Amino acid sequence: MSERTDLSPLWEVFVRARRGLSHNHVGSLHAPDAELALRNARDLYTRRQEGVSIWVVPAGAITASSPDEKDAFFDPAADKVYRHPTFYEVPDGVAHL
Amino acid sequence: MSDLFEFVLRLGDDALVAAQRLAEWTSRAPEMEEDVALANIALDQLGAARLLLSYAGELEGAGRDEDALAYLRGDREFRNCLLVELPNGDFAVTMAKLFLLAAYQRIRYDRLVTSTDERLAAIAAKARKESAYHVDHAALWVRRLGDGTEESHRRMQAAVDEVWPYTHELFTTDESAARLAEQGVAAAPSTLRDEWLGAVEPVLATATLTRPADGWAPGGGREGVHTEHLSYLLAEMQVLHRAHPGARW
Repeated sequence: MSERTDLSPLWEVFVRARRGLSHNHVGSLHAPDAELALRNARDLYTRRQEGVSIWVVPAGAITASSPDEKDAFFDPAADKVYRHPTFYEVPDGVAHL
Repeated sequence: MSDLFEFVLRLGDDALVAAQRLAEWTSRAPEMEEDVALANIALDQLGAARLLLSYAGELEGAGRDEDALAYLRGDREFRNCLLVELPNGDFAVTMAKLFLLAAYQRIRYDRLVTSTDERLAAIAAKARKESAYHVDHAALWVRRLGDGTEESHRRMQAAVDEVWPYTHELFTTDESAARLAEQGVAAAPSTLRDEWLGAVEPVLATATLTRPADGWAPGGGREGVHTEHLSYLLAEMQVLHRAHPGARW
C-alpha cells in the first residue's frame, strides 16, 4: 500500500505511565498528522487511561545510530577506565555519593 | 410506566442502538487506526447502555435485566431516537450522526451529574468523560472532511443535511420529560438545544459547512414509532437470543 505511506506516514510512540518516570518507546502507527497520531496512540497503546503522557514523533525525524558503526561508536569507552566513575576511589566518610 | 423508567430506557436505547451501528464498521473503516477508534466508541456506548438498561430493569421491577431489555423487546418497545437507528451510509454520514449525537449526550450527561437521582448521577459521571472523547473524535473528522477535498466536502455537507432533521427529536419535551424536569431528576430536553447549537455550529463553521436550516422534524422514536431501519437492526442483533431464549453465555 504505497499510496497509504504518502497520506499516512509512520509515527513512533512514546508513553509515560501514570506513575512512570520516563517516556518509553511502545510502538509505531500510521496517521496523517500529529493530532490523529496522538489520538490513535491513545486508543492503541494506553486504553485512554487518565494521567498518561504520550509523545508522537514522525519516524523520519529520528536519527538512529548505525548498527554497522556500533564498534567505533561505543567501543572507546570500554577500554578507558578513566571514563568510568568507578576509576576514582571514594574517600571514607563521603555520604550520598 | 414510571417517568424515570421511561427516561432511563430512552438514554439506554440511544446508547445501545448507536453501539450496534458503530460495531457494523468493524474491519470496514477507511484506516486501521480508525477501525480501532470506532470500535472503542462502540464499546463505550455499549458500556453506558448496559448500566442504563440494568438500572431501567430495576426501576421497572418486573424482573427484566439488561439482556431481557436488549434482546427481547420488539421495535415498538424501543425508545431510542430515530437518529441513532439510521443506516451508517458512508463515512461522512457516520461521522455526522456520531458528532450530533455525542454532542447531545455530553450535554445530557453533564447535566445529569447533578441529578437528584444518585444512581443516574453516578452513571452520568462515568459516561460524560467518554462522550467528551466521542465529540472530540467526530468533530475532528467533520472538520477534516468538510475542509478536505472537494469530494469530501460535498459528502460531509450532504451527510449533515441528511441527518440534521433527526436531531430535533433529541430536544422534544413530552409530558413525561416535563414531569421529570419538575422533580429535578433530568433537565427538560428543550432546555439543552441552545447549548448543543453552541457546541455544534462552530465546528460546522470551521469545517466550511453550511448549517442546515431547521424545518422538517421527524419524531416518534421516544414513543416506539420508528423508521423502517430499526426492526432490521434488531432482527440481526437479537437473532441468537430469539432462537435460544433463556440461554446463558
